[in-house]
Parts: sequence; C-alpha cells; structure tokens
Amino acid sequence: MKPHSLLVAAALAAAPMFAAMPANAEDTIVIGMTESQTGALNVDSVAQQRGADMWRDDLNAAGGIKVGNKQYKVKLVVYDDQSVGGRVQQLYTRLINQDHAQFLFGPYSSGLCATAAVISEQYGKLMIITGGAEAKTLELGNKYLFQAITPADYYLSGAVEALTKLDPKAKIAAVYSDDPFSKAVLAATLVQAKKAGFQVVLNESYAPSTTDFGPIVNKIISSGATAFLGGGHYPDGATLARQIHDQKAGLKWISILVAPASEKFADLKQAALGISAPSQWEPQESFTPQFGPTVADFNKRFHDKFKLAADYHAASGYVGGLLLQHAIEQAQSIDPDKVADALNKMDVTTFFGQYKVATDPKHHGLQMAHKMVLAQWQMVNGKLQRQVIWPLEAKSADAIFPIPAASH
Amino acid sequence: MLGIFASIVDGLLVGLVYGLAAMGITLIWGVMDVINLTHGMMIVLGMFALYVITNAFGISPYLTLPPVLIGGFLIGVALYWMCVHRLVGRPPLMSLLSTFAVNLVLVGIATGVWGTVMFNVPVSIPGITVGRYTFPGAHIVAAVLAAFIAAGLYLFLRRTRLGKAVRAVANNREAAELVGVPTTRVLAFSFGFGVSLACVSGVLIGTLFPFTVLTGDGYQLKSFIVTVLGGFGNPVGALIGGVALGLLEGLVTPFVPVSWTLVIEFVLFVLVLIAFPGGVFARRSRAL
Repeated sequence: MKPHSLLVAAALAAAPMFAAMPANAEDTIVIGMTESQTGALNVDSVAQQRGADMWRDDLNAAGGIKVGNKQYKVKLVVYDDQSVGGRVQQLYTRLINQDHAQFLFGPYSSGLCATAAVISEQYGKLMIITGGAEAKTLELGNKYLFQAITPADYYLSGAVEALTKLDPKAKIAAVYSDDPFSKAVLAATLVQAKKAGFQVVLNESYAPSTTDFGPIVNKIISSGATAFLGGGHYPDGATLARQIHDQKAGLKWISILVAPASEKFADLKQAALGISAPSQWEPQESFTPQFGPTVADFNKRFHDKFKLAADYHAASGYVGGLLLQHAIEQAQSIDPDKVADALNKMDVTTFFGQYKVATDPKHHGLQMAHKMVLAQWQMVNGKLQRQVIWPLEAKSADAIFPIPAASH
Repeated sequence: MLGIFASIVDGLLVGLVYGLAAMGITLIWGVMDVINLTHGMMIVLGMFALYVITNAFGISPYLTLPPVLIGGFLIGVALYWMCVHRLVGRPPLMSLLSTFAVNLVLVGIATGVWGTVMFNVPVSIPGITVGRYTFPGAHIVAAVLAAFIAAGLYLFLRRTRLGKAVRAVANNREAAELVGVPTTRVLAFSFGFGVSLACVSGVLIGTLFPFTVLTGDGYQLKSFIVTVLGGFGNPVGALIGGVALGLLEGLVTPFVPVSWTLVIEFVLFVLVLIAFPGGVFARRSRAL
C-alpha cells in the first residue's frame, strides 16, 4: 500500500469517531446577511444592522435558542454590500456556500432584497426581510421568503388619511426617486390620493443620484402644490427637505419617505421641523409583546448599548431575529422547512407590532398584519423629536398643520 | 413664466459654482495634460473641511475659505510629487490610472473616517423672494464668491509673474524652460492650485447641499461635462461652461420630466465632443 493510500484509509477509519464527537459548530446557528456599511444606503442599513446585532447579543447572553435538549447560540456573518446589487448577489452566494449560513436576513432596501431573494430561493435558504418593503419580490411564488415589515403599498396611506382630515382640498405634488421601492410606494399612494378626492398637480421621478433639487423645487412651486408626498432614501430625502426649506416652497404639508425616520434627520435643524415620515415603528408605540422585549425595554437597552435613540430600521433589524428565534422554538428544529412552516403559522405581536404573513402561493411571505404610523418632526422642549401623529389612536402629539418648515 | 425665470436664475447661480469646480480640473489639464481623477474627492475634502472647521470653531462657513485654499494647495502639491510628477509628459492614460488609484485610496480612508453618512452645514442667509420663488441667500453668496475667485484666477494668470510662468509652461514647456522658468516647480504649483480650487468649490457646494464622502463622483462628472463645454485647458471657458450647464438644467427642467435632465446633459456632452472635439471654447493655441 502506498503511503498516501494509508493516510486516506486512516482518515476514513477515523471519520466516524470525529462525527460522533460533539462539535461546537453544531451548537451554533450561522445566520448570514449583508449590510451597506458604505454607499448611499449606509444610514438606514447600519441602523438595521445594529438591531440585528443587539438581538444576537441578547440571545447569546440568555443562553441561545432552546431546541429540545440543545441550546443554539447564534453567529451573524455580515459583509459590506456597498449598497450595490452586484455585491449582494456575490455575497449571499458566498454566505451560503462558503460560510454555510443556515438562515439569512435580507439586506437593506427593496432593490437589494430582490437581488438577495433570487439567491436565497435558488439555494432553498430561509430569509427574513426586515428592510425591503416592495411587495413585488414577495409575489413571485417564493417559498422561503418572509417579510417582517409593512409592504410599500401602504407606506404613505397614513399621510393620505391624515391629509383628508387636515386639508381635504390639498393639491399634491408627488416627486420621488426613480427606484423600485419609491416607485411602488408612490404608485399605490397616488391611487389612494385620487380615490380620496385629492388633485395631483405634479407627478415626477428623479434620478436617485440627484444632488441639486433646486429646479425640482421650482417645479413644485410652479405646480401650485400645497402638499408634498415623495422622496426615496436617505441622501436624496434629506437634500430635498433642505432645499424645500431653503427655497421656501410654501407647502403646508410634507411627507418624505425613509429619510425623516432616521435620527440623523435632525441635523437639518429648522429644515426638519414639521416634516412627516411614514414609520414602521416609533419608540412611543405601546404594543404588549407575546415574547421578546417590551417597547420600553428595547428603547432603553438600545440607547444604553449604542448611545443612540432607536429608529424603525433598528427595531426591524431586531425583530427579524426575534421572529426567527420564535419560529425555531415553535418548530423545535432548525430544519428550514419546519421553521418556514412555523413562520407561516405565526400570528403574533412583538414590541414591533403584529406579524402575520400571507400563505397563498402567489403572495407567500408578504406581510399582512403589521401597521405603520406617521411620525412628524416637532420641537419638544427646544429639541427636535419625532412624534406619532397618525393614526389618531396611536398619536403621541397633535399634527402641526400647516407646517412651518417650508412656508414663507 | 416666472417659474421659468426662477429656474434660469437658479441654474445660473449653481452654474457659477459648477464652473469654479471645473476650473481646477481644466487648469491641471491645460498645464500638464493630466486628467486628475482625485478631483471629486478633493471637492469632498473641501466639504468636510467646511464641516469640521465650522463645527470646531463655530465660525461663518465662508471664513473657512482661506484655510481650505491653503490646505488644498499643500495637499495638491504633495499629491503632485507622490503620483503625478514622474508621469508628466507620459501618455495621459498613465496619470489617469495613477490619480484613479490615489482616488480609491482617499475614498477608502475618508469612508473609514466619516463613513458614508450624510453631513449638513446649515447656512442661514436671507434670500431674495420674487413672487412665490425664493433664491436662497447661500446660493447667491456662493455664486458671487465663485465669480470673484474665477476673476482672481484670471487676473493671476494674466497679470502676475507666476501666472505668466504657468501660462508659459502650458504653452510650451521646453521653451519656458529655455528662458529660465522653473517648470517642475510651476507644474507642482499648478497641480496644487487646481486641487485648491476643487477644495474651495467643495466648501461653496457644501454650503448649498448636504453631502457624503461619495458626493464627489457626481460633481466630478459635472466637471467633465463643463470642461467639454468650456474647452479643455481653458479655465475661463470652464466658468462659461459651468454657467451654460446650470442654465441648461434650469431651462430644461420646467419642460421635461426631471429624470430626463441627466440624459439631455449627456446627449449634449456627446454632441459637443463630436462637433467640437476640443470643447466649445477651446483655444487654438495651448495657452491658458
């Protein structure tokens, strides 16, 4: 027998012995995700990641996920996708093939989630989406995709409903980023606005890379609009808000997607005052959770950990982990089909609100139960703070109307 | 009608700042045939200098211009010796790759330091209101300062000994050397000055719009369009090109969907390159 044959034989003989040994890796669940540490989606994606990191730390500190006699700790493998779809495709493949991720969390934004979903479904990996609202991704017959947040169609429903009470004769300018998420939101919103009897005087999209909104703001003024609905993600939304303020566009109402829901939006100072944003969650909410932290507990510990106030991206990052944890505990298994089955059956309330997804093949995984609120930047004791203004039963303050930010 | 007028004025104001930004890139090209791909990053550096200085000392944003002008110049000279000097006179592709590589390093460092989150420097200067349209004070001040700096550059190149040396090197490096012009030092100075202009324009842009580490790419692209419109290597042409671009944006937006503006700009870019390969205001000689 040649020496290398001897080695192979010895290795084969020893293999069952190693297999029988308890290995640490077996007691750890690997969850993969990408984060936009750089690029245009950085602000919201980092917030989402903080939430996921906090969930992992909480879980591991409490001993892990209990399945039968085992306690599984969680390891998050995270890569920077640079806010680029091409990177997401490469990295999710790597997470599955090289890092052997057993479960996945979606990246931030609808566009990146749609890209990641192609990979996760291809490999049959269960993925929880906490940062992608566009419904289209969930309407392709996917089996292992679960959305934890309200779909894009309902993002600005609260703003339209609030306007019907505050200014039923408002003339709406809809100006939004030319990306899948924003287009999906505004397409649905404009249908709702027209149904509510509003006149839409301007309907335009802009390139997501736009840095100067001066000509667009002039167009809004020329249209005679009194209410603004639109935006996209953080950089364009924040710039738009500042220029609407600088150019005193004379709008009575401004609802901008995503950007005002971030704490960083307060950097705009006076330009932020009165701007409202649809929010998946606000720290003032008062759900009674069936499991996991309470709202107050989450707020306090998040602030203690990161020295920041939690926003909805952070909360959604946390709840993604919490839902997966609960599903594994319900299934008493880490088999993806059994966990998927548990996620399909779950109808629960956490600190983030309700969770229940559609289970029919055409809409499988689409979030059906979670409700959004409308938050507005208001001055409280000399400090800019977001207050929930809609729905009325959840409000923490009355809406400011007309807003001062963009008036003459 | 007033809306179109407002758009045109707005375009003119922003166009002057675009022009100033492009003057840096075109000065460097005119003197040493180097396309400086760190240009966008230098604009961003100016923006962050504005943010850091105003936050640290609480001074008016416009008082940051002198230190940024000097700091930008020193950084530019250092960059020249590090990544350009050995490549002057070689095929332009080499300096293009060199500055591209340095740009990647700088973007990486800046991302490490500041991340890619957005920064904002609020500037409250009363604007001018005409009817329902307001021209923000910060836009007016930035445009006036850009015009002054551009005029200063013009006078410097025309009236000073060093400016004439810069023009002489741009016109014919060998001949300038023969009459005793220290060409290497002039090249280093020109590169430093070009970078300095980029940083200063970054300060002015930073007073108008929020910014991130990655914002420079867009302005670099606009600088290329402006350079093509204004003529390669012609700083005064760059200012005219900037104004032309701003006016185009202002004129087009009221009539077409805003998402088409970029398409129209690039169609114009290609058309100008076909019709005037050296730029609309290109000079016949290489003199600046």
